[in-house]
Amino acid sequence: MGSMFRSEEVALVQLFLPTAAAYTCVSQLGELGLVEFRDLNASVSAFQRRFVVDVRRCEELEKTFTFLQEEMRRAGLVLPRPEGRLPAPPPRDLLRIQEETERLAQELRDVRGNQQSLRVQLHQLQLHAAVLGQGHGPQLATAHTYGASERTPLLQAPGGPHQDLRVNFVAGAVEPHKAPALERLLWRACRGFLIASFSELERPLEHPVTGEPATWMTFLISYWGEQIGQKIRKITDCFHCHVFPFLEQEEARRAALQQLQQQSQELQEVLGETERFLSQVLGRVQQLLPPAQVQVRKMKAVYLALNQCSVSTTHKCLIAEAWCATRDLPALQEALRDSSAEEGVSAVAHRIPSRDMPPTLIRTNRFTASFQGIVDSYGVGRYQEVNPAPYTIITFPFLFAVMFGDVGHGLLMFLFALAMVLAENRPAVKAAQNEIWQTFFGGRYLLLLMGLFSVYTGFIYNECFSRASSIFPSGWSVAAMANQSGWSDAFLAQHTMLTLDPNVTGVFLGPYPFGIDPIWSLAANHLSFLNSFKMKMSVILGVVHMAFGVVLGVFNHMHFGQRHRLLLETLPELTFLLGLFGYLVFLVIYKWLHVSAASAASAPSILIHFINMFLFSHSPTNRPLYPQQEVVQAMLVVLALAMVPVLLLGTPLHLLCRHRRRRRRPTGRKEDKAGLLGLPDASVNGWGSDEEKAGGLEDEQEAELVPSEVFMHQAIHTIEFCLGCISNTASYLRLWALSLAHAQLSEVLWAMVMRIGLGLGREVGVAAVVLVPIFAAFAVMTVAILLVMEGLSAFLHALRLHWVEFQNKFYSGTGYKLSPFTFAATDD
Amino acid sequence: MAHHGLTVPLIVISVFWGFLSFFVSWFIPKSLSRVVIITILVTCSICCCLFWLIAILSHLNPLFGPQLKNETSWYLKHHFLEEEDMLYGTSR
Repeated sequence: MGSMFRSEEVALVQLFLPTAAAYTCVSQLGELGLVEFRDLNASVSAFQRRFVVDVRRCEELEKTFTFLQEEMRRAGLVLPRPEGRLPAPPPRDLLRIQEETERLAQELRDVRGNQQSLRVQLHQLQLHAAVLGQGHGPQLATAHTYGASERTPLLQAPGGPHQDLRVNFVAGAVEPHKAPALERLLWRACRGFLIASFSELERPLEHPVTGEPATWMTFLISYWGEQIGQKIRKITDCFHCHVFPFLEQEEARRAALQQLQQQSQELQEVLGETERFLSQVLGRVQQLLPPAQVQVRKMKAVYLALNQCSVSTTHKCLIAEAWCATRDLPALQEALRDSSAEEGVSAVAHRIPSRDMPPTLIRTNRFTASFQGIVDSYGVGRYQEVNPAPYTIITFPFLFAVMFGDVGHGLLMFLFALAMVLAENRPAVKAAQNEIWQTFFGGRYLLLLMGLFSVYTGFIYNECFSRASSIFPSGWSVAAMANQSGWSDAFLAQHTMLTLDPNVTGVFLGPYPFGIDPIWSLAANHLSFLNSFKMKMSVILGVVHMAFGVVLGVFNHMHFGQRHRLLLETLPELTFLLGLFGYLVFLVIYKWLHVSAASAASAPSILIHFINMFLFSHSPTNRPLYPQQEVVQAMLVVLALAMVPVLLLGTPLHLLCRHRRRRRRPTGRKEDKAGLLGLPDASVNGWGSDEEKAGGLEDEQEAELVPSEVFMHQAIHTIEFCLGCISNTASYLRLWALSLAHAQLSEVLWAMVMRIGLGLGREVGVAAVVLVPIFAAFAVMTVAILLVMEGLSAFLHALRLHWVEFQNKFYSGTGYKLSPFTFAATDD
Repeated sequence: MAHHGLTVPLIVISVFWGFLSFFVSWFIPKSLSRVVIITILVTCSICCCLFWLIAILSHLNPLFGPQLKNETSWYLKHHFLEEEDMLYGTSR
């Protein structure tokens, strides 16, 4: 993994796979995950490829698998994970798997159908029994008395003698929400000629299809008259009620009820048997399905890969082109040899030169993977350009910690990450599905380092949950100030705010050895001091980070053989950056070292000096920091400005000259650029690639160099760099801004929550009891606001500083990753 | 209060980070990730050392002092015994 500094060498290989062994070879390659196949049939549609039939068979099988899986889910069973190594089965096994699966699916369908119809029948019987069993007492009683009910008309109805006064019954069940409507309609239609009574069943019955318990309303309608009967039947049909025959005699009804109960008992036994058989079938599915799914998935992947190969002219073998890491070539050849030896043929692979940019391959382990992931999120590096990831492992957590510095918060973050790291091999942790948890878990090493660095910067800022600690004695002595300035107790009582003066002897005893002096946390003007410190710190860190970025570009230029760029680009860039902003850093450090409190009143202002440097003007009130300062500054500005045309015109002119020289040379001369893979075809700004490739490798072709394009690209690069220097340096001030925000939030939380809690009540009892909810509030807000919100914010800004300010000095990020053909992604 | 200087902390910190980056680097076992680990150690040393240096340089020669509330001043004056007073037995 020393190759983490740039991409590994990746070669284009051509594979000759004899038709008999093609399937096994590709299957073996999928198990190893070494190569990325290139699609040689890109112009052919998916339906016209060679193995489309096999792919389709696999897909149909997968459809059946989905049906079986759904059935399993309905039954509440869980599919076990497949055990052991399951290679892609040979094509003849596919038929066997297909038959078995089809058979199981058909059985399942039949059994389900049977079960369904049995349940519907059972439901009917149960409903009938319930209706019969329901007591509609008063109605039945009154029905037996001829005309002696209150409802019979006192006068003879005009219908006369052929009125049929025999009472008939309609009994049934209706859904409860339809019952009122039914009652109303019956009353309106047949008023006076019927008595309807509705009652609800106490016990809900299971709905046959959905299995949910549903309540039913049973009704008993007693009526007289044929036409009324017909009307009632029409109405009940309309409402989709279940109507059952209702016998008048009590004993007949009881007999019917008994028979119904017997029938439903038998039916339940049959249903039980059906369900037992169903569970047996499901058990067989459970055994068969997981390995079959994996095998068919692999098979489909192999066929899709085979579809990308082209057929040789003799139709005896398939030709495939694939990208493979040079280091893996021996393993590749061995794998091909082994898998084709079984069939008695031999498959070969050999390297071929390639004109396209190979994919980037950087091997990482689980620690470096998250940092490489951060870099790749911005853009995968071009083939063989410098990879910022190994440096990002430290600088990213460090810049995060500068914005987050607090011992307490850092410690909490570190412990949380440590817990995740120590528990990372537990299966329960790995199987968790929550997305947010997965995000945090994936970045556990990142969080670990971020927490660790935050503890360090917290010690330097001297902040632990916004409280300062005096590990060493403070460098400021109040007693000395008090003694020498006559600060008696009365004097102190009169003046609310007093400032310590470092000019007085004995007041300032020297810098605090590790970090910021703790007395500043007690001071009212601590922000004045801290702001100055943090702003200067941000500028210093920013200039160092950016200079480092420019220096990394040197490695790119050297690797791709573009040494002219060292002189014509890196040197002017460094001069510009360090001449202007490096000088600013120098001014800051010089002032820190040489201007002391004795001359504090007339201390020179760096800002005004810097402004005057660019304007070539002079402020009389601002004394110089060192003699001849103006001369030095003028020289630096002139030098930096002189670098701009060098940057703008240097490389294009050099390339034009070289191009002209090459064209004047005789065309027979071959320019031998180092072999297949010393391809200098990647450059920082992208424009050089066309020219470099064309001019370097292909001596048959005319070198295509369009001057205007070259000048345009270089102009863009120059403007971006020069203006970017200024804006990027200012951008690093976010280190100051966010650390200030974090410190202030932390302090406010302490002052508003904990300090009030600690100051409540003199009696021990009251304070202790009150502190419990107060501490709970403090803890919740610390985690929610300071850890989560501030943490995410600082993470984002540190990320931006890396992606934009650091990486635009040397990184182009326009490559693509080597994604090898592997079954690992399909294996669950 | 002990008289602080720049030299003692500077030497201590430089030795510590120098030890970590140069000395420990020699003893990292030869593995695939040896170079990356050395890079990590060196980068870490540079970053931390630089940050500490900026912090101590910024208050080497302070141009103004802390402004304290009178209660704080009173407390620090009376209850925060200085080492010098303890050594020389000055009374107040």
